[in-house]
Amino acid sequence: MSTPQPPTQPAAPAGEAAPGAAHPAFPYPAPGPAYPGYTSPIPVVRTHFGHALASEWTKIKSVRSTMWTLGVFVLLVVGVGLLTGLVVTSTESDLSGESALSLGFFGLLLGSMCVITLGVLTTASEYGTGMIRTTMVACPSRGRVLLAKALVFFLVAFAVTLLSTTVVAFLHVAMLKGNNAGDPTGNEWLKATLGISLYIALLGTLSLAVGSVVRHSAGAITLMIGAVLAPLVVAMFMFSSSLEDVRTVLFEYSIPNQLSVFYANSLGTSGPSGWDPLWIMTGLTAVVLGGAFVLLGRRDV
Amino acid sequence: MIEAVGLTKRYGDKTAVYNLSFQVRPGAVTGFLGPNGSGKSTTMRMILGLDNPTAGHVTIGGYPYRMLPNAARQVGALLDAKAVHGGRSARNHLLSLAQLSGIPARRVDEVLGVVGLHEVARRRSKGFSLGMGQRLGIAAALLGDPQVLLFDEPVNGLDPEGILWVRNLMKSLAAEGRTVFVSSHLMSEMALTADHLIVIGRGQLLSDMSVKDFISANSADFARVRTPDTEPRQREKLSAALTGAGARVLPEQDGALRVTGLPLPRVSDIAHEAGVRLWELSPHQASLEEAYMRMTQGVVDYRSTTDQREGFHEPLPPGTQPPVPVPGQGQPGWYAPPPPGQGGPHPAAAPGVPQAPAGPYGAPGASGAVPGAPVAPAANPYARPVPRPGREAAADAPPAVAATAAPAATPAVPAGPAGSDVTKPEDAR
Repeated sequence: MSTPQPPTQPAAPAGEAAPGAAHPAFPYPAPGPAYPGYTSPIPVVRTHFGHALASEWTKIKSVRSTMWTLGVFVLLVVGVGLLTGLVVTSTESDLSGESALSLGFFGLLLGSMCVITLGVLTTASEYGTGMIRTTMVACPSRGRVLLAKALVFFLVAFAVTLLSTTVVAFLHVAMLKGNNAGDPTGNEWLKATLGISLYIALLGTLSLAVGSVVRHSAGAITLMIGAVLAPLVVAMFMFSSSLEDVRTVLFEYSIPNQLSVFYANSLGTSGPSGWDPLWIMTGLTAVVLGGAFVLLGRRDV
Repeated sequence: MIEAVGLTKRYGDKTAVYNLSFQVRPGAVTGFLGPNGSGKSTTMRMILGLDNPTAGHVTIGGYPYRMLPNAARQVGALLDAKAVHGGRSARNHLLSLAQLSGIPARRVDEVLGVVGLHEVARRRSKGFSLGMGQRLGIAAALLGDPQVLLFDEPVNGLDPEGILWVRNLMKSLAAEGRTVFVSSHLMSEMALTADHLIVIGRGQLLSDMSVKDFISANSADFARVRTPDTEPRQREKLSAALTGAGARVLPEQDGALRVTGLPLPRVSDIAHEAGVRLWELSPHQASLEEAYMRMTQGVVDYRSTTDQREGFHEPLPPGTQPPVPVPGQGQPGWYAPPPPGQGGPHPAAAPGVPQAPAGPYGAPGASGAVPGAPVAPAANPYARPVPRPGREAAADAPPAVAATAAPAATPAVPAGPAGSDVTKPEDAR
């Protein structure tokens, strides 16, 4: 090689390129004829969101943590559901007209931890392993990757939760016929299966977004479990009457209580009711996911 | 074609890369060299759009990486062999990347064959050795059959067969007209593979020229002189005589002398006049490694010192010589005898400014920093407001001359090592 050619462009003045800006504004030279020399025989296709979805589907099904966390989730929801059902039938308790579906709550409360873990791992493990750099080099449209991850995870979590909650709901209704359980209405059926599944899948997607922001698996899992448990624990120690209102709000809007709203056995009466928790969680997930989207675009990988 | 213009990256108050401008052309293997922590990986990450530059820009084929249409089909990169999820099999890892870039799945099996991993394709990459991980990373880089390839330390952990394979791979990729940009610490490997070299130190450009030019510009040829082993006195006598004649003499470990600053016939004459017999008098051409060491030794951040074991030594019995240190061990001046014809210290290293070489950036920095001056002279964390000799007047040239100015400025390079003679901080250690 001979003497290097001098760069044709003068350096941009320092003020023009603001720190943090993804692409400082400067006139790019018109892309001339493509590379001299080499052209690949493999046809070039324009990539789109579908490609990212296929890739994320391959990723999520090819790691063992998915199988493990979802396996434990199903085991907890169905197993604990079955156990509570057995306990109630064997003690011949009287449910006095209450819906049999409400017993599904306990299994799901435990199971939500698994969904949170998987949600965090879906994004944060890429940072832990360094895989994120490989991914972002293969697809510089970072937001596309995050949204594909969120959608794939949401659908997987939703499908698995819907399956387990439906199984448990049918089990409970069948088992508790003799315990004076009320016949669940159509709305109760919907809330205890579809509603709760959407809620759990959204909770997992929220964890996924938190994982993307925190970029550290253990940190994000701790943060999310704290977010689930802390309001209840904190509220428990608010003895002072001046804090009564705060305490009620913490109780009623804590995630376990929001879960119980789907089973109509809420801790209070003034808090969210009906399908409210689903809207709350949808809003919260949208906000955090939006934040993760913006941060991912700006930060260095 | 990769083109960086005024590339700068700061992390807090630490400047990792400062005002780096270079071009990487297609059809050649371009080596990217620099000591540990000199900003090579940061530069690579900025090229790939992973890190946003604080200032300046870098484009591939005219586009910043994150605006490239179908980036994975135009650029392939091996950044870090362990940048994979260990729980995923090699095949699934590549498959997910192929799907992301719209590459047909059978290409995955193809590249697995190319890198020789087809037999372990379904094993989880967690159990891979360093070399196997490296092969997997190279497979990922080749997946899109791209025109531009970046490799960060590609031969790390590879067996000799693998090293040979990578070397030939780089050459054949370049011969197909692709742009190949390779960073490495292995000088012998670079000497065999690269056609062109870009050298950086402390985040700034030190050199941008062909391997051949680099060696001739940065090496001082020397003469190896050996006196009869049986008569150590003759060696001392010759050493004194040569030093008296203006040569620089360094003892080598096996008892030979490394002489610079005098032509071979003159060495012979001096030996004859001093009445010293010679067993060897041989010319020595510096290798790429030596040329590189000479260029970068002023900008090495992590340098080893001699392990002194102070206070643990038995006092040497009278009459014995202290052992001659191995080259490079606490002997910073080793690779940098003054080149022929430049025996005296360089003006930049004159006693008046002894802090120049001792500062974070020696004379090589001055040549590299020059193009940065017009952009933001005050912001340059390395520039010292030392009065510069007339030669440095060229410093105020626009950055356009950055690349062409580099070869011209290279005679300034030895000033760094020569300067360390003035201060001698490390020799004293």
